Amino acid sequence: MTGGSVDPAPLRADLVIEYPFTRTTGPVVGAFMTGLRDGRIVGSRRADGRVFVPPAEVDPETGDAITDIVEVASTGVVETWTWVDPPRPGSPWAQPHGLALIRLDGADTPMLHGVLVDSAADMATGLRVEAVWRDERVGHITDLVGFAPETADGAAGEAAAAEEPVSGEPVRSIRTPIRLEYDFIPSAAAQEYLHAYAEKRILGNRSPIDGAVFVPPRGVDPRHGVEATEMVDLAHTGHVGNFCVTHLPIPGRSDLPTPYVSAWIHLDGADIGFLGLVSGCDLDEVRIGMRVRAVWKPDDELGATAENVRYWEPTGEPDVPVDRAGNRAWQGEDGDHA
Amino acid sequence: MTVGTLGERTAVLGVGQTKYQSTRGDVSIAGLVREAAIRALEDAACTWADIDAVVIGKAPDFFEGLMMPELFLADALGCVGKPILRVHTAGSVGGSTALVAASLIQGRIHRRVLTIGFEKQSESNATWALSLPQPFSVSINAGAGGYFSPIIRRYMARSGAPELIGCMVAFKDRQHALRNPYAHLHQPDLTFDQVVEAPMLWDPIRFSETCPSSDGACAMVLGDEAAGDAADGPVAWVHGTAMRSEANNFPGRDEVSPQASRDAAAEVFAKAGITDPRSEIDVVEMYVPFSWYEPMWLESLGFAERDHGWRMVEDGSTNLDGGDLPVNCSGGVLSSNPIGASGMIRFAEAALQVRGMAGDHQVDGARRAFGHAYGGGAQYFAMWVVGADKP
Amino acid sequence: MREVAIVSSAIHQVEALTFTTDVQLMVPLINEARDAVGLTQADIGFTCSGSSDFLAGQGFSFVQTLDAVGAFPPIAESHVEMDGAFALYEAWVKLQIGEIDTALVYSYGKSSPGSRRDVLAVQLDPYALAPLWPDAHAVAALQARLLLESGAVTAEDLAAIAVRSQRNAVGNPNALRVSADVTVDDVLAGGVVADPLRAADLAAEADGGCAVVLAAGDRARELCERPAWIRGIDHRIDAHGLGVRDLTRAPSAALAAGKAAERAGFAANDVDVAELHAASTAQAHVLATEMGLGGTGGSVRIDPSGGSLAADTLMAAGLVRIAEAARRVSGGEAHRALAHASSGPCLQQNLVCLLEGE
Repeated sequence: MTGGSVDPAPLRADLVIEYPFTRTTGPVVGAFMTGLRDGRIVGSRRADGRVFVPPAEVDPETGDAITDIVEVASTGVVETWTWVDPPRPGSPWAQPHGLALIRLDGADTPMLHGVLVDSAADMATGLRVEAVWRDERVGHITDLVGFAPETADGAAGEAAAAEEPVSGEPVRSIRTPIRLEYDFIPSAAAQEYLHAYAEKRILGNRSPIDGAVFVPPRGVDPRHGVEATEMVDLAHTGHVGNFCVTHLPIPGRSDLPTPYVSAWIHLDGADIGFLGLVSGCDLDEVRIGMRVRAVWKPDDELGATAENVRYWEPTGEPDVPVDRAGNRAWQGEDGDHA
Repeated sequence: MTVGTLGERTAVLGVGQTKYQSTRGDVSIAGLVREAAIRALEDAACTWADIDAVVIGKAPDFFEGLMMPELFLADALGCVGKPILRVHTAGSVGGSTALVAASLIQGRIHRRVLTIGFEKQSESNATWALSLPQPFSVSINAGAGGYFSPIIRRYMARSGAPELIGCMVAFKDRQHALRNPYAHLHQPDLTFDQVVEAPMLWDPIRFSETCPSSDGACAMVLGDEAAGDAADGPVAWVHGTAMRSEANNFPGRDEVSPQASRDAAAEVFAKAGITDPRSEIDVVEMYVPFSWYEPMWLESLGFAERDHGWRMVEDGSTNLDGGDLPVNCSGGVLSSNPIGASGMIRFAEAALQVRGMAGDHQVDGARRAFGHAYGGGAQYFAMWVVGADKP
Repeated sequence: MREVAIVSSAIHQVEALTFTTDVQLMVPLINEARDAVGLTQADIGFTCSGSSDFLAGQGFSFVQTLDAVGAFPPIAESHVEMDGAFALYEAWVKLQIGEIDTALVYSYGKSSPGSRRDVLAVQLDPYALAPLWPDAHAVAALQARLLLESGAVTAEDLAAIAVRSQRNAVGNPNALRVSADVTVDDVLAGGVVADPLRAADLAAEADGGCAVVLAAGDRARELCERPAWIRGIDHRIDAHGLGVRDLTRAPSAALAAGKAAERAGFAANDVDVAELHAASTAQAHVLATEMGLGGTGGSVRIDPSGGSLAADTLMAAGLVRIAEAARRVSGGEAHRALAHASSGPCLQQNLVCLLEGE
């Protein structure tokens, strides 16, 4: 299922999906977050008196909105639990901890949160627990550090929290960062392609159906849905099939002064274009059909990366006619509307 | 009754939209989708209990950082105990979501289906969510504008269109948006000169020729023939539907007028019995995220001869005031763009037009309308023709 | 209802597809499924796929995978951000309209590059749950404990389900957790991963994909000696919140089974085999109960392939269940079969497909 040989030291990199999402809450979720900030837990009450905690915006049974917000206790009982060891990477807990569905006194549905005990042996269904609050609260589910076995004096923490003055404005948005890490390993075809760059070679895949050459090689001819494993060395010259003059900086590419030209480079011997920068001439001179050649990094800076080609510069040769440039080169005409 | 191969006759019974804006700071994700859904139910004179199934669509889950959001939104969409499907076909998703919903009626699986497209783009950032950098790939193509700019350049070179055609489309759609209370961009003082003088982002695309990033949702209630017949108010009948996809980058691909676009148009018009779209369609809502796509799609879809689409822009044919084929009377994607909903808005606006319910942007006497969406690298296409008369 | 059948399928599941892209995974599978019935893409009336951007770590990941189909000339095509079983449902609906006679369905998932149990936390309520990052194993464990403490099952019962899966998986080239001689005692001796669940209680995570060809009526009979007819198919969803539903139940599974049975004209448990999509042994028990499949001693043979417990490819496991069930029918081993797919935490969403031979 893979094309070509695999280098004994394959390329790999961390792919991180990370964003500090800002969520606007609307009134019901907002009431819950506002309550947490103020050291209180609220739920929503349906017409029949059933209290949902966290507050449901909608009655799951009817689809009707629920808007009646009621406070419940900060004490409750564990209905089911598990033990999390090691703690999960994105979670608010740095130590092994219980995770439980806890039905608070006054609530009809349990809420999920952590239970702060030393070991799984300290966990039990039916365990009475009380909220443990963070000192500095912002209106977030993590304003609750978690729940701990109820102490003799009951919900002391809750009482203390509730005595604090309520700080005015309701919570309207929350921050919920997400960070996920992936071990990114390019495909065998991509590995070969990237390694070839270190030797100043540009590889493509040849279609077994009609010989069309695709660059970068992806191991497939997308027109026919067949594997394309034959690798071919491509020339370092070609033409600009098409281009864009970009006046915006690209996130993470502060090295690119704007405006710059990104172009579909159609290498001699390839039948589709791939993206590259065009430089070495005035921006105004870049045109569809312009002949270009690769400008490589110095040999001592070469690595297994397509960035070895710093940019493409004009060769000064006569242009490829516009109606034969780019993907049109395959058919030799500018599309066919017949 | 079957009608050709369209299956059960299908009607748009109701439409609901939210106000589109940069940040809908007053609602949660559930609140946003419910705003559109409840308006659609009210328009269709339905309750949650009348709905048999829900089909929801949106673009990448990264926008809200919520994986497979149909799970979380099942309660909010009154869907507990019912079927729900989640469609994702890139930018065309709002259109294809409506078509999947229609197929549930056409295939006689359900009698009434709620369909909804949404995006709450303000929870993250469109540039981030649309182009997460991948290791080992050279990042030099700044987002969708960077991708579509060369294709527009190719169109301009091929057609010989005057340079300011794109600005004319942008100005027209922003003028249209003033007549649509739901539109995101309301710029009453905007002048044509300001459109022209706006900064170039991805030459030849100016800032003024791009779409905004919006929060919003759009919903429709679709029903079978009996439901359509029973409706008190006007309904929109589905006369034809089509979906087509093609690969992204291959030798000989016509990026300006992809074959998938031409094939889908041919199918949808054939199903609707239309041989001359220009004269038989009264109003068009097409997916134009960059202004130049209006003349490009006019040609690809068969409303104009090849290389002549720009003339329809230039002579005002696509203008709500006085044009014979008004395009994007709602203001279009150029005026409101919650990506996952944008395609469905086109489909819903087409339905509103033939129901005579488009308010200040109504085309007088519209009987047949065309709704269109595209996505990916102009690879995914979804289209429908709706009419005031039962097919 | 129009007669529609599964006429071919291809499955590939392994622990990790390290150097293989989704496209390279799907090219041979799609070709295998089409070739088995002598079809090319030009013969296919509608194509539908299922996958997840969050799993891939890339937006619009399905756009690249379209390259595996050979989408030129252009094809009528759609994609669901769901398990492939739901893509199959969409294709089945399209076939009901009567416009087309054949469909290709595929789905795939590659969870090995990331931490699947943590990625799945992003499915949960984004305000009050996801920020706590309850991982998928922990969520499954909360459900399992409720089930155990309700008295409905014992740890030995769950271990017996694990044993059944591993033993049935013998001979299945796509199964990862396989043993001909594992015992209940062996399973119970295994370490606890998420109290009360042991490693053998949790579905074995697999990378992989599946492709299926559907055909209607006589076209199916032309293409396949013994088509696996879809007599009934339905899917339903329950409320999202873990606290608002009884996690020892899966009402949507029972409802989907009942609706599918109405269409099929036979009961969901009037089948010879059933393939279940469960993330844990506890979920397998809940599903069997909801659909009346009986216990390990019942007449329905559950998970003849080992089920998802033996190899669970996120986004494809449900479609694999349908393909496995169809193979039992087409191979003559079963006259009737049930296939089940699930999505979301604690069996929130369930699809049931009832298959029958001629």
